[in-house]
Amino acid sequence: MVDKYELRAIISSGVLLSLFFFAVLYNSYSRKIDMPTCVPFEKTFEKSAVKKIDDGLYEIYLVAHMWTFDPEEIEIPAGSTVDFYLTSKDIVHGFHINEEGVNMMAVPGTINKITTKFEEEGTYRFVCNEFCGTGHQNMMGKIIVK
Amino acid sequence: MMVSNQFKTTLLIGLTMPMSLFILGVYNGVMQTLYRSGVLHQHATAGINYYQGLTMHGVINAIVLTTFFAVVFGHYTITNYLKKEPSKWSYMLSMILMVIGSAIDLVVMVLGKASALYTFYAPLQASALFYIGTAMLIIGSWIAFAGWVKIWFEWKKENPSLHMPIAILGTFVNFTMWFMASIPVIYELLVLLTPWALGLTNQVNVPMTRTLFWMFGHPLVYFWILPAYVGYYTMLPKIAGGKLYSGNAARLALLLFLILSTPVGVHHQFSEGGIAPSIKLWVSILTFGVSIPSFMTAFTVGASLEYAGRKRGAKGLFQWMSRLPWLRADNYLFGYFICGLILFIFGGLSGIVNGSYTLNQLVHNTGWVPGHFHMTVAGPSILFILGLTLFMYQHLSGKPMTSKFTVTIIPYLWTVGVSLLSHGLMAGGLMGEPRRTNMGLTYTNPESPLYNSHWVPSSTVTMVGGLIMGTAALLYFISFFKMLCNKAVELPTISMPESEELHNEREIPLLLNMKPWIILAVILIGSTYIPSFKNVFKYGKPVESKYHMDNPSNLIDNEK
Ligand SMILES: [Cu+2]
Repeated sequence: MVDKYELRAIISSGVLLSLFFFAVLYNSYSRKIDMPTCVPFEKTFEKSAVKKIDDGLYEIYLVAHMWTFDPEEIEIPAGSTVDFYLTSKDIVHGFHINEEGVNMMAVPGTINKITTKFEEEGTYRFVCNEFCGTGHQNMMGKIIVK
Repeated sequence: MMVSNQFKTTLLIGLTMPMSLFILGVYNGVMQTLYRSGVLHQHATAGINYYQGLTMHGVINAIVLTTFFAVVFGHYTITNYLKKEPSKWSYMLSMILMVIGSAIDLVVMVLGKASALYTFYAPLQASALFYIGTAMLIIGSWIAFAGWVKIWFEWKKENPSLHMPIAILGTFVNFTMWFMASIPVIYELLVLLTPWALGLTNQVNVPMTRTLFWMFGHPLVYFWILPAYVGYYTMLPKIAGGKLYSGNAARLALLLFLILSTPVGVHHQFSEGGIAPSIKLWVSILTFGVSIPSFMTAFTVGASLEYAGRKRGAKGLFQWMSRLPWLRADNYLFGYFICGLILFIFGGLSGIVNGSYTLNQLVHNTGWVPGHFHMTVAGPSILFILGLTLFMYQHLSGKPMTSKFTVTIIPYLWTVGVSLLSHGLMAGGLMGEPRRTNMGLTYTNPESPLYNSHWVPSSTVTMVGGLIMGTAALLYFISFFKMLCNKAVELPTISMPESEELHNEREIPLLLNMKPWIILAVILIGSTYIPSFKNVFKYGKPVESKYHMDNPSNLIDNEK
């Protein structure tokens, strides 16, 4: 058999990992911090748009291409909930709003969706964080929350 | 044992070729830290632009160097333990393919025709030659493995009562896992990407090529580290002056890597559409599972080290640590092992964050990720490679190693460098610093409208770490190539420190037979990848495009 000290080490590692894992799950389910959702690909999402659904709910269709985001500047009122739909026109890009913990990849031929709520006023910068060619370091946009 | 001249020459080529390329790999690594910290505000230096340098850094250090090393270390270990040389056809053919393949890669990267980074994601296109060269390198490593399997069965026939030594189990686990994981990437390279780069096909399903890539790209990480694990179990206890605490635990840990390494690749795709959250959750569980063998290694190797310290008369809880052979020129390998282990503690912990379902969102594609993997790759893997290339070269060539003091301090200096570099990158990543970005042109350039002052201090720490690592590497290159110029004074041999086991443990048949583990590995791969591929076709559409890194317009449209 495996040595008894080894066995204890294996068990305590397992317990520690389960603890970590349930902490992550607790946060994702009780506080609704979840992964991007899968949406079947459709051409309509390849047209950029900022749609106001009702007070406090927005849909934003973001299209990434070499080397800008479309739209590049978005204005919304504070307290709005936003559904981001992201796709790419050419190659793989990234989309990261650090303060909101929003981090998605724009993969051509797929649609990525995530929902977030902007509580505080301010300017939120989003950057492309996946290498997309020589102009990659210029690829940035902002969301102005008023 | 003594070796034939041809075998010796092949192994020496396998050590010097990647080490010469590594100079370029290190240079480009240091340059990146200078760009990112804002010391340089330009596209290119000495004709190598930032992303081209990044591609060379990744491909040379992470694919070429590590594959060459795994093959040479495998040849060395197998020959040492079985007292047999592999068949000539296998080691010659394998080395020829690997040398030509990496030479092709080098040429196209230097010409700037393959700046698609080491992840070569479609539809960012590299030259078809790059895809072919990389495939040759990987297939070359398979052929070396085939040669080992052949002599293993011969040996087993001659010694039916003996078990597979742990060092050989480790090598076989590593290459079995490597073979399973690189079939998808060979398919991607040769069947999908090469014809597409040659213009024979127009369409490419991007999420599918990404999934195929990560089926290989993550196991590749374990392929880098497992030689170091073999060293930790079979060499380190001996070098530290002790014995291996538990042989069965070592076998179990290695076999767990065999089943868990490949299916976890999807965790690199956590933040992309095209794969459903349910699959991501399952992969997150498997990724947590793969940290179990790492924890086991930490405890088993830790216990072996403690035993070594106590044998030297250490008392109390912690005194054994100070009794270990730190900084001894007559035992320089110890420094490379222990520094790698220390870095790996932090590498493993930060890796748990990456694999943690939603927590990944916070750090995906930020500086955190290279911060994490530099502590694993530039930690145990590279330190083991640096130490063992010196050791193996010395024995294989019979040349004396003259820079004894220098090679003893290198691992400690390197570790200080990696700690700063990784700390800077991880702290920056938590503040949103993107990875793989020439920040010196924009985010850390005060003249740019995109300037972000928060990212300057963290990227400066990264740069200091990078410069220290560069200095350690320079000292290493001087020592290594100085040894090359020495005259041989001893006969070429293959020999390595072999640890004994501390306890006389009961045999567990399951730990002595690889077959059930291979079957389980295939089942787990299927359980992850069959639903993943179904998803990729359900949610993704092939796109009719190809793009070059400095051309924002569609190449097909231009042709029309
Ligand atoms: Cu980009």
